[in-house]
Amino acid sequence: MKTLYTKPLSLRENGHKYCPGCMHGIANRIIGEAVDELAIRREMVGVIAVGCANLSQLYFNFDLIGAAHGRAAAVATGYKRMAKDRVVMCYQGDGDLASIGIAETLHAANRGENITVIFINNCIYGMTGGQMAPTTLIGQKSTTTIYGRNASTEGYPIRMAELISQLEAPAYVARFALNSPRNINDAKKGIKKAFTNQINNKGYSFVELLSNCPTNWKMNPKDTLDHVSNVTSKYFPLGVYRDKTEVEE
Amino acid sequence: MERKFMKGNEAIAEAAVRAGCKFFAGYPITPQNEIPEYLSWRLREVGGDFVQAESEVSAINMVYGAASSGKPSMTSSSSTGISLKAEGMSYLAQAKLPAVIINVGRCGPGLGGILPAQSDYLFATKASGHGGFKMIVFAPSTVQEAVDLTYKSFDYAYRDRNPVMVLADGVVGIMMESVELPDFKEIKAPDWALSGTENEELKEIIPMCWSGEDLERDNIEMAKMFRRWEENDVQYEEYMLEDAEIVIASYGTSARICKTVIKEARKQGIKIGMLRPITLNPFPYKAFEKLDKSIVRKILIVEMTIPSQMIEDVELGVKGQIEIDTFGRSGGVVISPEEILNKVLEVKEGLK
Repeated sequence: MKTLYTKPLSLRENGHKYCPGCMHGIANRIIGEAVDELAIRREMVGVIAVGCANLSQLYFNFDLIGAAHGRAAAVATGYKRMAKDRVVMCYQGDGDLASIGIAETLHAANRGENITVIFINNCIYGMTGGQMAPTTLIGQKSTTTIYGRNASTEGYPIRMAELISQLEAPAYVARFALNSPRNINDAKKGIKKAFTNQINNKGYSFVELLSNCPTNWKMNPKDTLDHVSNVTSKYFPLGVYRDKTEVEE
Repeated sequence: MERKFMKGNEAIAEAAVRAGCKFFAGYPITPQNEIPEYLSWRLREVGGDFVQAESEVSAINMVYGAASSGKPSMTSSSSTGISLKAEGMSYLAQAKLPAVIINVGRCGPGLGGILPAQSDYLFATKASGHGGFKMIVFAPSTVQEAVDLTYKSFDYAYRDRNPVMVLADGVVGIMMESVELPDFKEIKAPDWALSGTENEELKEIIPMCWSGEDLERDNIEMAKMFRRWEENDVQYEEYMLEDAEIVIASYGTSARICKTVIKEARKQGIKIGMLRPITLNPFPYKAFEKLDKSIVRKILIVEMTIPSQMIEDVELGVKGQIEIDTFGRSGGVVISPEEILNKVLEVKEGLK
């Protein structure tokens, strides 16, 4: 009998604790599949952020390092410099990567560290209960912007993929969404490309994944799929913003 | 052993290389810049690596990452920069990662100034960050001692799986002296390290616990480690203590200046000596406790900080049995032998 579909070896057997409908589970799943398909589970080291992303340390079935809030890219820098044979992935949310860790994020990208950064952008702080994130959309309600984010007092949401693609060093910068089978397949291809770049010593790769937060968006999971298409990805357009490897090939 | 004439900061850096250090990340701050400058080229000569970090916070977290690989790792800074490393030092402690942190102290609080001071005693010994962790803290008073203690720090860090701090000051950092450099050694990656792909078992370095009971168990283990330090790792120097009725308590650069003062005071017939803590944590409480109360009439704490910070530990050591006086200069003013001697004469006068 031929196995068509099974849980990736790179995910643990235990069930996950993400909220119902949360796309972190999908992100974990396609990362796990990518790691299995590239046969790099033994080489793999996940540097796990604080927040909802932190829960992923219960599910990824490879070596893990827990990083302080925002510091994953710095931790990954130190680790990868001392362990060049490992494949190092940062797994971070928006409050972590784009706010408290924006310096670590940009400078690791600018040094062209040979690491892969997976950025889960759901436009809100999840674990802490729905506060405004640097990626919260204008008008979006959060527990710290109860009338909606106002640009005159809170500024504008930061487009990380575009920002990082302004730097010289990064090899690959792309944004995908996790709200449809097609988008998920594209995202998985992007993740595999980012890991492959690292294996081939091409340098820094950044993969942003537009995600959801049914709990803090106060929206049923099905409606979040449309929201990502009709609202989120209008401000954060999907696409490949940098691909040095394509030019070389 | 190799003898060289070296600046304190460079000697500390070379001692780290000889101890097996393979990774350094740091951010420029006076008066310790020679450490990152030296290691920027030196580490790559020995198969290590150096990163000039975008911030102190980032530097200590790079060290956290590098330490996870099992390779000996270090960062350095000065006072205000060490404040920024507080988060990372706490994470190193909870994740049980070894690392060496060099603090070439300057005056404070705030930006303070770039001049040398000993104002970080309490920060270094009591709470260098949140959560109740502690580090072994070494206080060198000469460049040679800075070399020897930095070299040893890596062994303690790996023995305990805990960060170790060398608390020097700007004088030790920028002074040039003849030093004997220790032999090169290698520290092998321990079993816990994420050191390779050959292991079947997955490994994790995690600075948290999901349950209160688990974290409490970690806290209890840490408390046991602190007690072991007090039993086994206390280091101090007794200097002309035998008949001393005045005992100076001082460390680092101040202690070195005090030795000059003690020699001069002895010439003038004053019975004076010094108890110099080399480990500020664990503090030599017992050495203070066992001072002969029938002979010692006064303890004079000499530090380059105002008010005295070490007084809290000295008081715990002498338990109210001996009177304590303090003398210090601060703000980056390096204390002079003359003014300490004047204070000693004043104390002596008061004993009559």
